[in-house]
Amino acid sequence: MNEEFQVVKSCLMIRMPREVDHHQARRIRETADRYIERREISHVIFDFGITEFMDSSGIGVIMGRYKKMEILGGKVLAIHVNGGLRRIFKISGLHKVIEVVEEDNHGGNDQ
Amino acid sequence: MTNQMKLEFLSKSVNEGFARVAIAAFMSGMNPTLEEVADVKTAVSEAVTNAIIHGYPEEEGTIVMMAEIEDDLLQVTIVDEGKGMLNVGRAMEPLYTTRPDLERSGMGFAFMQAFMDTLTVQSGPGVGTRVHMTKKLNEVYHIKDGVDERLSCLD
Repeated sequence: MNEEFQVVKSCLMIRMPREVDHHQARRIRETADRYIERREISHVIFDFGITEFMDSSGIGVIMGRYKKMEILGGKVLAIHVNGGLRRIFKISGLHKVIEVVEEDNHGGNDQ
Repeated sequence: MTNQMKLEFLSKSVNEGFARVAIAAFMSGMNPTLEEVADVKTAVSEAVTNAIIHGYPEEEGTIVMMAEIEDDLLQVTIVDEGKGMLNVGRAMEPLYTTRPDLERSGMGFAFMQAFMDTLTVQSGPGVGTRVHMTKKLNEVYHIKDGVDERLSCLD
């Protein structure tokens, strides 16, 4: 099983890569959709804990899943959104559409 | 300081990361802040991705990235000889995309605009596209008598 993608109860957790660009976007999108279509998923959670770079391709991936989950009556969240990523979320307006949880490095998540 | 470089690479998506690393390394001599490096990397990533997806949608082609440093001014030009665009103004409208099938957000040019100081796009069908961007670094902070003023902000 691909540990980047984990289903816990009805939540799909996606551990986003270090760099989220067009090169990575396709794989994330396709794998995420396979999970959403095959399992009963109520929440999609994008974890940006190790992500250092994201461009507008990442916005496309998140918005695409948001539209899908909206039809299914589910929710999309982004967690561990820190540093430079925060600006990308703000400029794109993404923070107004989905729930964004920021967390500092002392959150005890990096053990 | 003045410096100049020119890079040529194939329109493979794996080269998006290569272009970002290359521009970050090239501008490192300007003593940029982390934020400035992130800004330029994002803008370059958007321009190179556009060239790959929209410039050469069917077959691979060549992308040229040129950069120039003149004191605090960084200029970056990304050129492809691909499909080109008829209506540049329309392409630059936020959220406009010709490739919703690829889940393009239509924010590429908006990001380039947001993260750089100036953006100029020249394009023609069948001719290709040329994106020119400039950014002045160290706009707010200056090194004075060898002491970085940013450090004094911490007191």
